[in-house]
Amino acid sequence: MNEPMDFLIWTRGTAFDIAVTIFVIGVILRLFEIISLGRKQNLAEPKGTEFGPGMRTIFTRSIPDPGTFRRQPLTVVTGYLFHIGLFVGLFLFVPHIELFRATFGFGWPGLPNPIVDAATVLAIIGLLAGLWHRLMNPVMRKISSGEDWLVWTLTFLPILTGYLAYHRMVNPYPLILGLHVLSVEALLIAFPFTKLMHTFTVFLSRWYNGAMSGRRGVES
Amino acid sequence: MSQATLERGINALKEQIDAPVAAFFSSCVSCGMCAEACLFYTETGDPKYTPIYKLEPLRRVWESEYTLFGKLKKALGLHKPVTDQMLAEWQELLYDSCTMCARCSMVCPVGNDIAYMVRKTREGMVASGNSPEGVKGAATRAVTIGSPMGVKLSALEAQIRHIEADSGLKIPMDVEGADYLALLSSMEIMNFPEYLQALAKIFKQAGVSWTLCSSAFEATNSGIQIGSSDIARTLVQRIVDGAERLKVKHVISPECGHAYTAIRWDGPNLIGRPFPFRVVHILELLDELRAAGRIKTRDLESDRHTFHDPCSIARKGGVIDGPRRLMNMVTSDFVDMKEHGKMAWCCGGGGGVSSNEDADELRIRAFKKKRDQIAETGAEVLVTACANCRLVIEEGLEEYKVELPVVGLSELIADHLVVDEEPPETPE
Ligand code: SF4
Ligand code: SF4
Repeated sequence: MNEPMDFLIWTRGTAFDIAVTIFVIGVILRLFEIISLGRKQNLAEPKGTEFGPGMRTIFTRSIPDPGTFRRQPLTVVTGYLFHIGLFVGLFLFVPHIELFRATFGFGWPGLPNPIVDAATVLAIIGLLAGLWHRLMNPVMRKISSGEDWLVWTLTFLPILTGYLAYHRMVNPYPLILGLHVLSVEALLIAFPFTKLMHTFTVFLSRWYNGAMSGRRGVES
Repeated sequence: MSQATLERGINALKEQIDAPVAAFFSSCVSCGMCAEACLFYTETGDPKYTPIYKLEPLRRVWESEYTLFGKLKKALGLHKPVTDQMLAEWQELLYDSCTMCARCSMVCPVGNDIAYMVRKTREGMVASGNSPEGVKGAATRAVTIGSPMGVKLSALEAQIRHIEADSGLKIPMDVEGADYLALLSSMEIMNFPEYLQALAKIFKQAGVSWTLCSSAFEATNSGIQIGSSDIARTLVQRIVDGAERLKVKHVISPECGHAYTAIRWDGPNLIGRPFPFRVVHILELLDELRAAGRIKTRDLESDRHTFHDPCSIARKGGVIDGPRRLMNMVTSDFVDMKEHGKMAWCCGGGGGVSSNEDADELRIRAFKKKRDQIAETGAEVLVTACANCRLVIEEGLEEYKVELPVVGLSELIADHLVVDEEPPETPE
């Protein structure tokens, strides 16, 4: 009997199905919970439109305002490092794409492994620096709640275990791969109930912001 | 108003939560960037002034009432409730240290419109009896006397007589069927009557048919500042009634920034129907008249001038380019502050802060930002377009011993009018 192998099979089987189900249903419920609150009809004569400016803000908010950037560059830099690294590692790593292809029947081209590897290192650096910043910066400390630390941990573990597994740094391999999958499952399960939801709701909030400003004739 | 209680406060907060609010709270990643946009944080370094932190009462209500997980937490008794003590503590954060300038709303990477939520949270503060005395007093005077500063019609009439005697200009009152109804702010009536005189002078030259209204001259809205839709509605209704009585086509918001927000953006929503007239800001109107060639100016001020954007007019009102075209019409050395227009820094006195004595000291500290911004331009004259900003800036400059004249843009235009020409058409 090979215990690490059984563990891996379990994480990739039942556990994965449960996690994905919770994730998908949870995200849909949460989005519904938000959107169904609606907005009051605005009766003031508009100066500009809502839709276009809202869409615009979805993109433009990825670029920080220069003055604010100068005041707090570390937040922006760690944020970029982590998000780009995560994106590359998650969506452009060939085995991830293959897993996707096996499940949904289609995929897309990935990046060479050394590039993904480098991106993962950047994501790890970004997350660690972000954590350090969160501990040291008085504003971030003041506004951080238990949830922020939890979310950080849940995000960090899949990346770390993925990195360790890829480099065969833990033996036996099925164990670390199993832990990687398990940490992803923890992330998926927590996702709909925590601010990990910002992955989706950021599109809503940026749109609302841009739309409400656009209506008043201001680009936000 | 009925008895203010915690329960009413929490209910008011509940009622305020809509899809944008839920999206905003769901998206916040506690990155702290909003703090860097807020003058109350940058000038004090105190993390409690972080914009998103000011919204904690609203966030708690949202979490426990409108999220699955929050409801679960509440059922298990793990939820931190909003208490009277908490709201009392938050009064300083929601009133003294927030002008609802919305600079933070421009900066938050996930797009949270924090000022929008501060306005909403104040509804809960009023309903629970946690608004500051100074702002409460102003709101009460606005409802009972008709002006937050207690300015009565007789005071306005006295100013009108002065202006008419000084300038030989006519200030029309209650003229039915005029094109434009001009509104004023109490501060303009009492502290800066030059504004009204400037209007009379400019409108005479441009041939604008206009009037004041004896039952609706006050444009400011303390209801918006304190966060009471009931009061805000009463005050807006007064203007709508006056405008409808005189059958005007347009209502002119005075320079005053929050008056513009109140009448232009919140007004129709407060009374629940679109206005039968158009609302224009005085600077928008002046820019229209300029474009149409109806106002002619001469001579340029040669001293270096800079312009302070009132938040409600620029960032929250979209009146940004017009004032600059007007500035260039009358000055030859106009320089903008580094961060201006939609990224302008607040003077620190908006959103009811200037009528809130609790905030006096903090406001002066926060003013450092504006002082430094002005100094950086090397300007010899500061121009602005809001009587409240103007008073706050004058006080701030005095406090920091900076000698710098502060002028209103409408007056500056009026000073440069070519007066000897006959108006294009005589209204009467
Ligand atoms: S800037 Fe936005 S996301 Fe960051 S802490 Fe402030 S509100 Fe939250
Ligand atoms: S609206 Fe202005 S004053 Fe209020 S928290 Fe935001 S930046 Fe600060």
